[in-house]
Amino acid sequence: MSADPTRVLAFETDCHIFADCGFPSPGLHSFLFEPLWGDGDSNIYFNKPMLLALLGSIIVVGFFWAAFGRPKVVPGKLQMVAEAGYDFIRRGIVYETMGKREGEKYVPLVVALFFFVWMMNIWSIVPVAQFPVTSIIAYPMVLALIVYVVWVSLTFKRQGFVGAFKNFTGYDKSLGGALPVVMLIEAFSNLLVRPFTHAVRLFANMFAGHILLVLFTIASWYLLNGIGIAYAGVSFIMAIVMTAFELFIQALQAYVFVLLTCTYIQGALSEQH
Amino acid sequence: MSQLLNLAAEEAQNPLLPPVPEIVVGLLAFVIVFGFLAKKLLPNINKVLEERREAIEGGIEKAEAAQTEAQSVLEQYKAQLAEARHEAARLRQEAQEQGAALIAEMRAEGQRQREEIIAAGHTQVEADRKAASAALRQDIGRLATDLAGKLVGESLEDHARQSRVIDRFLDELEEKAEAAR
Repeated sequence: MSADPTRVLAFETDCHIFADCGFPSPGLHSFLFEPLWGDGDSNIYFNKPMLLALLGSIIVVGFFWAAFGRPKVVPGKLQMVAEAGYDFIRRGIVYETMGKREGEKYVPLVVALFFFVWMMNIWSIVPVAQFPVTSIIAYPMVLALIVYVVWVSLTFKRQGFVGAFKNFTGYDKSLGGALPVVMLIEAFSNLLVRPFTHAVRLFANMFAGHILLVLFTIASWYLLNGIGIAYAGVSFIMAIVMTAFELFIQALQAYVFVLLTCTYIQGALSEQH
Repeated sequence: MSQLLNLAAEEAQNPLLPPVPEIVVGLLAFVIVFGFLAKKLLPNINKVLEERREAIEGGIEKAEAAQTEAQSVLEQYKAQLAEARHEAARLRQEAQEQGAALIAEMRAEGQRQREEIIAAGHTQVEADRKAASAALRQDIGRLATDLAGKLVGESLEDHARQSRVIDRFLDELEEKAEAAR
């Protein structure tokens, strides 16, 4: 499925079951792309995920430009759809977690994050592209890092150094002797594990989703020989079902990503205990 | 085929270690989206949403304001009307009082004039009566003497006058009439 022209894929060969040919299982190599431009050994190159990322940006901006470029008080169809999406993020996520007064400032960030992540995920099932950009760790990591910087700096700004320290470490006198241990675990959890899981949650979901799709698609082709044809049909149906399922997962993971973002920012806004 | 896969596996880096160019492109791609949304498109739509909210709630607010104004104007009118009524009543009262005073004054004047006229009438009547009485007395005396003269056949006029008989007779007549009355 990774449409890397230099990679030899199962359905581009005569490799079938019962034909002295091992199953060309998908793996990490499904996520590696030869540069479209530049040299992979140097750090200056341009590959398919990059292209999809930039293209996705343009699509998201283009969509919102078409919808909100010249907005009208009585909206057209496109504006209405975009407004529904915008309203869902603004009211349904930001206001719900942070409240209207505090949250208003972070609406643009969260809206941009949601639609960016969603678009990057959707690439997974767009014909020809068929690759979720967010299954390359660099992209979720960048986003998680931006969120991390936002909420950590906000914690210091809002609560001062001591307040931030208490916030990060879950400082609570009533814990008594266990306090140092708890503080260590909390700090580790909040400052190191949190951004990592934030990025990896998205990355791993899209990674796994892509593997599944590739697996069933390759298998459909590979099994297409002799008695295997029956299994190929099942595999093909699975590929279709998984595509539909991925459509759901893509939106869900984008939602989870921004929901966590809001929760982190909300944690920075409120005092510990 | 498998050689290629092996090669790929060798090349495969740790999927959790991102290469720098992809970080840069990822950052760039997100900044594009964030920049356009935060600087232009979301403020755009917020303005329109606000306008729409105002168009809806503003309409209601305007209607409410108009209603309040109408209410206040109505109250003002009512107050003015009440004041006018009060004023009218006061004026009517005043006019009535003035009228009554005027009527009383007129009546008193009328009374006075009537009495004056009556008094004048009385005086006149008295004077007339006296004149008439005097004239009558003279005429009666003359007529009586004339009549007596004719009866007797000679003129008694001078004599009668001189003797004042007639006067005495008339006085007696008058006294009788007075007593009879």
